[in-house]
Amino acid sequence: MRLLRSVLLRLATTAVTLLGVAVIVFFVIRVVPGNPVAMMLPPGATEEDVARLSALYGLDKSIPEQFLIWAGGVLQGDFGTSITARQPVLALVLGRLPATLELSVMALVIAVALGGVAALTGTRLRGTRVEGGIDVANGMALSVPDFLWGLVLILLFGVLVPVFHISGRVTPSLDLPFTTNFYLFESVLRLRFDLWADIVSHMFMPALALAIPLAAIIGQLLKQSLKETMHLDYVTLSRTKGYGENHVILREALPNAILPTLTLVGVQFTFLIGGTVIIERLFSYEGLGNMAIEAVINRDLPLIQGIVILFAVIFTAVNLAVDLLYALLNPRLRHA
Amino acid sequence: MNLNRRSLLKLSAASVALGATGLPARAQAIDELVIAYNVTLPSWDPTVGPSAVNPTIQGLYQSVFDQFILQQPDLKPAPGLLTEWGWNDDRTQVWMTVREGVKWHDGSDFTAEDVAWSLARVAKPETGSPIQFVWGTLANHRVEGNKVIADVVQFDPTIFKWMYFLTGYVLPKAYYEKVGAEGFEAAPVGTGPYMVEKFERNAFVRLKANENYWGGAPEFKTVTIKFVTDAAARVAEVESGNAHVTLEMPYEEYDRLKGGPLAGVAAPISDIGMIFLNDIDVMLDPNVRKAAAHAIDKQTIIDRLLGGYGVKIDTLETPEYDAYDASITVEYSPEKAVELLAASGYSPENPVKFKIQTTKGFKPKDYEMIQAIVGLWRKVGIEAEIEVYEIAKHYELRAADQLAPAAFYNWGNSVGDPTTSTGFAMFGPSPHSVWDGEDLINMIGPLWGEADEAKRIEGWKAVDRYVAENALVIPLLQYVQPILHAPGVVVTPHASGALLPHLMKRA
Repeated sequence: MRLLRSVLLRLATTAVTLLGVAVIVFFVIRVVPGNPVAMMLPPGATEEDVARLSALYGLDKSIPEQFLIWAGGVLQGDFGTSITARQPVLALVLGRLPATLELSVMALVIAVALGGVAALTGTRLRGTRVEGGIDVANGMALSVPDFLWGLVLILLFGVLVPVFHISGRVTPSLDLPFTTNFYLFESVLRLRFDLWADIVSHMFMPALALAIPLAAIIGQLLKQSLKETMHLDYVTLSRTKGYGENHVILREALPNAILPTLTLVGVQFTFLIGGTVIIERLFSYEGLGNMAIEAVINRDLPLIQGIVILFAVIFTAVNLAVDLLYALLNPRLRHA
Repeated sequence: MNLNRRSLLKLSAASVALGATGLPARAQAIDELVIAYNVTLPSWDPTVGPSAVNPTIQGLYQSVFDQFILQQPDLKPAPGLLTEWGWNDDRTQVWMTVREGVKWHDGSDFTAEDVAWSLARVAKPETGSPIQFVWGTLANHRVEGNKVIADVVQFDPTIFKWMYFLTGYVLPKAYYEKVGAEGFEAAPVGTGPYMVEKFERNAFVRLKANENYWGGAPEFKTVTIKFVTDAAARVAEVESGNAHVTLEMPYEEYDRLKGGPLAGVAAPISDIGMIFLNDIDVMLDPNVRKAAAHAIDKQTIIDRLLGGYGVKIDTLETPEYDAYDASITVEYSPEKAVELLAASGYSPENPVKFKIQTTKGFKPKDYEMIQAIVGLWRKVGIEAEIEVYEIAKHYELRAADQLAPAAFYNWGNSVGDPTTSTGFAMFGPSPHSVWDGEDLINMIGPLWGEADEAKRIEGWKAVDRYVAENALVIPLLQYVQPILHAPGVVVTPHASGALLPHLMKRA
């Protein structure tokens, strides 16, 4: 019952958060320099042309008036029409969301795998040169931003040893039988592993670039948690019972040590989605982040609003999910 | 595994060999042409919205649609869908003869109705054409046989030039009316050399050759244009053999690759770099303006910063433009700059101060060029403070006439007419002009409606001379567009900057 009340409270605060984000974004992008009509009109246009196009895109009204019109539309599921693509914003944004989600999830899986292996190996071989090597690798992974990792990967696996695709999400010449935009997921469901391999070969480098810094964070935190847990009495007890070191780490220490890492992974996942903006641009990956940059460059105000609102929804949803998962996994919270 | 130096070398060699087997596109005969393009295509309608006036997208549009009049690689017009055109004697009507035997991509006949409808559509304010102020100078479009006639509401000597410029495209009347704007976005139909086979927004467009193209079927039957907006990724695409052609990369990268595994072509295009001078503050002093112009060593800047890829200009006209006059020059003379500043009481010890705005990374070495210019200015007694702005802010400030005393910008004019370079940039009443001097307004005013072409061009040359002599703007350079391509492709550059696959051939 308490859990349900807590969930309802979180949903209410989420709604307030989203409203706040909508108001801030709407006003800020209209106040910063860069009027889409000024960008659109070529030299030679007159003041009348400016007025005509401003009216056409609804920019002739005051900002509060524009907001009320937009908010009224949003409540009815109409996020407006993109100025550049001349398509409904909602359709454009939802059409690109699966690509970004798949990339983010793949990056998360890689990060968890790399970080987990690094942490477990470091813990198992603590005090040795291997742990030192892992710490050095972690430091390097953290100190280099993801887009630079992207450039390094392009050079290594795109140019020097060209085994992965540098740009795009799928080879243009392939015929896709998909009915959704979750290409990776649907290719598995349809048992089209030829397409799956092609999609993975496009996604791998951007996903790895996103994953490397996150893997380092996960690795460091999990190793630290594991080390602390390894000194606890119950772990010592399991050792005295004769269990091997691998069993002690995996079965005894890990379930407790993983909780802080899980919270971190949830929070970092939202940052990961934010990080796709730059990485998608670098790899010309047809996701939401790439679309966001185009929208900002072109001052496509309705599209910017739609993308930011969707990002905000994802952030709050992921945080909510992490909180719930944490409550379910942590007995003290579950029974509180 | 015992990994020693020898085994590491063997492993590396094996990896390289394995990788090379996957992507040997450069060495093979090219079946499907792949182009790594520097911009994305937001919308397929080439006549409305922001995309319609984005010069970098025009090459994509021209692959699928035809303009009313064909523009050749040297910017000169040629018969296209219109085979002949002109005014009647008293300039109250225009007439256009429409090419016969042309088919739309959906197999239907292209007719004069399509031309009349396309012209009338963009002339309507409600269509949302950004160029309505031009197309609206014609009205009452009508068809007589294979001719289209329209009444001239306001005489514009450049109207036919707009027919191969921004938004000057012919769309299919029947098809567009049947499918509507949304249907047209989903399945665009043109008369151009290529047909759209597949389009993924922000990702790629796959084109099939129009075998019935009136200008002859393109050599490459399938062309994939990948939208790769990052320059490093574009270079990697061609370097790895994933793409055969790309454009707009750093000149250093161009030089590194063109003599090696790739071929290259770098030709001047119609874009120029310039510094707007606003008629405010110290720029009202002619000595300051002239000193600022004389103190810039344009050729050295081009040589040192752009690797020689640029053409020095002293007016807003490039050599390909109709009103280019090679006799108008502004010499580089720091001595003269010092003299001029001294006459106004300035010196290196007591410099004149103003702000200069510039983009950073919008055009090749834009910020670095301004840094160099500020350095040259400092030597003669000009202390300029650099402010970096986004291009979107430039447009807004320019429209509000709030630019700093000096502001770097790049200007495109792919029709090469003086009205769309000097005219729009320097005519005070235009919201896009920065210099608002009455003298210049009086010189330019009569030229807008000048019907005698020779007199009109001479008039613009006189304006350019006046602008140069009084340093009302500082033209810097004409840009050179670098294109890298596989040795198996022959690329014909277009002076408008449009990269056109139908002009590409097999080597």
